[in-house]
Order: sequence, then C-alpha cells, then structure tokens
Amino acid sequence: MPRLQLVIGYLYPDSMNTYGDRGNIITLARRCQWRGMEADVREVRSGEPLPKDLDLIFVGGGQDKEQKLVCDDFQRVKGEAIKEAVEEGVALLSICGGYQLLGHYFRTGDGGTLPGIGLFDAYTVAGPRRCIGDVIVESEIGGQRRTLVGFENHSGQTFLGPGARPLGKVLFGFGNNGEDGFEGAVYKTAYGCYLHGSLLPKNPWFADHLIFLGLRHHYGEDVELPPLDDETENLAHEAVIERIRRRGKIKSGAI
Amino acid sequence: MRVGVRLSAAVAVGKLAGMVSQRLNLGGGTTVPGLLVRKLDPSSLRLLAERLPQGGVVVTGTNGKTTTTRLISSILAAAGWRVVHNRSGANLVTGVISALARDANLAGRPRADVGLFEVDEAMLPVMLHEMKPRVLLITNLFRDQLDRYGEVDHVAAVWRQSLPVLGSDSTLVLNADDPLVASLGRELDAGPERPRVIYYGIEDASQGHSELDHTADSRNCVQCGVPYSYEVVYYGHVGKYFCSQCGLRRPRPAVYATEVKPDGLKGSSLRLATPAGEMALRIGIPGLYNVYNALAAASAGIALGLETGQIQRGVENFTAAFGRIERVEVEGREVYLILVKNPAGFNQVIRTLFSGPTKGDEGEKRNVFIVINDNFADGTDVSWLWDVDFELMAGKVKFVLTGGTRAEDMANRLKYALVEPSHVTSFGSLSHSLEEAWAQAIQRTPVGETLYVLPTYTAMLELRALLSSLGYVRRFWED
Repeated sequence: MPRLQLVIGYLYPDSMNTYGDRGNIITLARRCQWRGMEADVREVRSGEPLPKDLDLIFVGGGQDKEQKLVCDDFQRVKGEAIKEAVEEGVALLSICGGYQLLGHYFRTGDGGTLPGIGLFDAYTVAGPRRCIGDVIVESEIGGQRRTLVGFENHSGQTFLGPGARPLGKVLFGFGNNGEDGFEGAVYKTAYGCYLHGSLLPKNPWFADHLIFLGLRHHYGEDVELPPLDDETENLAHEAVIERIRRRGKIKSGAI
Repeated sequence: MRVGVRLSAAVAVGKLAGMVSQRLNLGGGTTVPGLLVRKLDPSSLRLLAERLPQGGVVVTGTNGKTTTTRLISSILAAAGWRVVHNRSGANLVTGVISALARDANLAGRPRADVGLFEVDEAMLPVMLHEMKPRVLLITNLFRDQLDRYGEVDHVAAVWRQSLPVLGSDSTLVLNADDPLVASLGRELDAGPERPRVIYYGIEDASQGHSELDHTADSRNCVQCGVPYSYEVVYYGHVGKYFCSQCGLRRPRPAVYATEVKPDGLKGSSLRLATPAGEMALRIGIPGLYNVYNALAAASAGIALGLETGQIQRGVENFTAAFGRIERVEVEGREVYLILVKNPAGFNQVIRTLFSGPTKGDEGEKRNVFIVINDNFADGTDVSWLWDVDFELMAGKVKFVLTGGTRAEDMANRLKYALVEPSHVTSFGSLSHSLEEAWAQAIQRTPVGETLYVLPTYTAMLELRALLSSLGYVRRFWED
C-alpha cells in the first residue's frame, strides 16, 4: 500500500507562536509518522498565498503587534482562500489570536477594530479582565463525547452568532467569554478555541479527528486510523482534571 | 531630622523581623523585613540608597539576572568594595529594602560602599522611581511567564517609559545583540542630561549559526516592523542583526568578546576588548548564555571605572548562584542542579548538555531528572515546554525522571520529542512527594555517574529545602 499522505499548512509559524502552539503541529506530524503516514508540513508566512493542496490548516496565537500583521494578511492575501478551503472540506484548527481573526471582528482594548474574515459567525470584544488558567471543556466531536483540557490566556471575549456552534461546554475555566459557559466555535470542518497548553498533545483524540478530516479531504473517502498507545497523553490529560478535582472546583458528576 | 528618626526606627524593626524570622526558621527573612521597613517609612529605599558612597547597580532582564549579579559582586569584591546585595533572588522592591536594612546600622547608614540589586523585570519602574542607580544593566528580553509579565513588547514599553528618570550621572549597560534591549539606548532623548550608554556583545561568528530558532521573540524591526536580517545568530533572537528596509543596525558594542572558546560543562574562555583595554577571561560555568553574563558583568565593572585586572580576578573567583548551576556530591554520585525557567534558557541548557557528538556508547548517555512546577512564580502556563528543543535529547539519555506539578506534561513532551518512552517515567506531585522522586533519581543513577537535575524556579526552591534537610547544601539565605 502506498504511504498515506497529509498536507498540513502551518500558518505564520514565526509570528503566531507565542504560547507554545507549535506543540499542535508536532503532535499532528508525529501521530501521522507513528502510523506510517507522511505529514508534509508547509510553513506559510505573511504575504505568501495559501497553498492550494492543503488538507489541514493550523493557526495559533500571537502578540498584539503580530495579530495586527496577521489581520492585514488575512484581509489582503489569505482570507478568502481559507474560507474556500473550509467549504471544500479542508480541516482547520485555530487558537486564541488566530481564532479571534476568523470571526467577524475583534474590538481591541484601545478602541480599534481588527476586521476578521467571518469564517465563524462570532465576534470578539476586549474584556474587563484577562482570563488565565486551566480549562476543561466537555465536547462532542466526531460522535464522541469527551473532555478537552487546555490553558487559556486571553482578554478578548468571544460571542457566537447562530451560524456557529460552540466546541463545547465549559466545566472549569472561563471559555469564550466567561459568561455563557461555552468554549470555542465549530463551522463544518473548522475549529476555533482558546485552548493553549499545548492543546493536541493532551487531547490526542482531537488530534486524530483532525487527521481523519484531513485524510478525508486528501483521499475523498474515510480512512480508518489505526489506534496508538496513548497512555502518556492520557496521563497528562487526567492530571489536569485530577488537580482541579482535588481543589473541589468541578461540579460533582460533571465528568 | 524627623525623616532620619523615622528611617532608623523602620530599619531597627526590619532588622528585628529578619532575626526573628531566621531564628524561628520561618525562612530566610529576605522579604518580610523589607515589607515592614517600607510600610514604616515609604521613602526608605531612596534614603538608604542615597547614602551608599558608590551608589547602586541595578540588574534586570529575562535571563541571567542572578548569575550576572553574582559575577558583578565577585568583581566588586576583587576591587575591595564592600557590597550590599539582595543575594537570594528576592528581587522585588521589598527584597532590595530587606538587604539594605540588614546592611545598615541602627542610624540607617549603610555599611556597604555600593548596592547591587537584581530586580524583577516588572518591578523596574517602581525601583527607578524610588532610587536612581549609578549603573542600570539590562541583560536580554525573552518571553517568560506570559501569564504574569505579558508579552515582550509590553515589557519593553514599560522599561522604555521608566528610563527618562535617569540622568547624565547614570550609565545604562545594554546587550547590543538583543534588538529590543539595544533599542532602549537608541531611543533615549539626546542632550546633556542623557545617561551614558555602554553596549556589549559577541564578535565571534564561530559561536553562532545562520538561522533564527523558534525561541526568537523579537523578530521584527522596532522601527519599521519588517523581519530583521542576521549576519549571525548566537541564540534565540540574540545576534548581529540589521534591518534591510530602514537600515537600522545593531549598535557597535564598546565591550565585546573577540574570541569564545567553550570547554564543555567546565565553562568557557574568552578574549575581551573594552575601553579600558583587552583582557582574557575564564568563566567557570558553561554555555553561551553565561558568556553573555560575563560580558554584562565586565561591562558593569567598566561602567564603574574598575580596572581590567579587578574584573578578571572577579570573574575567575566567581562561583555560581544557588541553583542556577550547582554541583553537589550525593552518595557517590555527582549531581548538577541547573535552573530552567523559560524556552530560551531551557534551550541553552539542553544545547549545552546534549548537543555534543554521540558515541552511541552508554557512558555518553545522561541521567536526567526534570522537575516542572506551575506555581505562580514559575508561570502557571506550561505551554512553553513545547518551544524547547527536547528533540536534542533523543537517543542521549539513560533515563529521564519527571517530577513536579506538571510531571505528566513533561513526560508527554519528551514522548513527542522522540525520547524513548521506556526511558521516561513520571513521578508527579499528584501521586509522589518530591522526596520520593529525588530518591528514585538518585537510585537510578549508578554510583560514579552524574545526575543532571533541571528544575523550574519553585521546584528548585523545594529541592534546595530538601537537599538542605538531607544535609547536602546550605540553606539558601546562608549563601
């Protein structure tokens, strides 16, 4: 059998990688490699067009200055191509700053507005406080109801419109806005959220779901992923939940 | 006169608090006395600092503060100056006042000739508001504990705003090779009241490489925003950079290493050019980051008008600050404790320990104990572990034990760095005490071999406490 191949677009690796989001790319690539598949990671920088043959797109979070540059690049170079790719079934994961710019707009603390590309029916406004800490989300992705754990660090509050559904329900932490109890956004094969940590290493089933979607795009049919030994990953996942549980911060019966 | 009375009363209370705290074993008494003194006399820092005959030296920056401060202390001692120093890494304003109060006599007069203070990056504005240092040294700026300090641009902006209080009687010592740090000197107002600026850097391209790695945080020109070009990168974003759009260049350093010769874990030898003449230096701790610390300390010595011979002796007499790099003997094993606290610093340590040639021989593989905590002082977000090049460790370890509150995250990171999973065990604080993890690490290290212990800040404090209760090291306030 020929080696299966997945083409991953790593957007703005030099500027939108302030919070260790690179761990997500490492995780996707290794989990392909461990299954004998080839992950072709293409770094796509500001000013460069979105390659046409991507199966999976990743964009992380960055500092304010970098976020402005990315906003500009979305408007001038990549925005429409990203939306078209998602319509064609390309999988997408965006985190924090990247997630915010995939909504309609981000109204920043200094009163300015960064336009987004409206992939998600969502908007973001600067909030009164910075939301920092562990997050646990209960989510249903690809038919499985599981927990996602991560670490959030954002001051923007994101609110979803009727065209986006949340990634999950917040069991601990702030989530999108600290008010409605939801975290993240989902539109077709595109996901956005505030979960650093890094996210995918501690939530390997979510990584596999993205790989599954990417392969479906690449081959036009469902490809079954052989299971991996996820003991180390699951321990890291459980450790986050356990320490919060010991602090008595999770409602009993929630997990 | 009332001011003086108030100050000496405050100092007396502070001294008492320090003594009581140590007698009762409540800890080092490194911050509480300062808290009390400042409460009783809010201008205590300014008043005490003004009375130092040779003024004060303040050191800040992301990495290398403690080591650089220690190096300067050793240089000042070689010059015969009596130094008051916040030695134990108590680097908030209260820690500085505690040190001053401990040193002063009951009339509030310092006994020391010079003050030497390591200051937390976020505290620099408060510090400069209360005392005008004779020398302000800024080592570098990397992302560190984003949950606490904010992003690097924010930290740089806070520094920039606080610098105008310095006048022509101060000297600003800056790392020429760190773009954001060097920009602080360029942006000072011109004019007679401007502080003198001394830049330091490395001019030995053999120690660098040509590409930025992902720990680089200041990639874009401060003036026009396009990415810098580099003639050579020494580590992170530190190197010889220029902007191809607006022409901004790294400033020419006045103090620079013309030749750097690393010698494994034993340290490095360097040749240095300074306005006071050339000198050869030997620094007894490894890594290019410590070469920068030695350059920074030598530059501070030059700023204070010391002679090259005094600087040379001081650097050579130096012993590493607690836990930054420390060697202890434990039951026939040699143990190195090396502090790791952010991606750039951790990468330098990993590079120093693991980038040597592999012989494939078991004797070349290392025994490693990594302790990652996520307490407030460590930074509560451990995402940064994914920016450290643990990939360099693959195939080069006999075992890695992970401990601390985030042991499981660390073990998972190592798995994805392709460090053999069978060689990695987590002994996290959810199920094991640090003492149990430590005992495991020692037991797995064969007698006659070396164990490398890499703890984050609070993990290092816990390890120090444990090692001192086991009788291996002194309590940290005795350093």
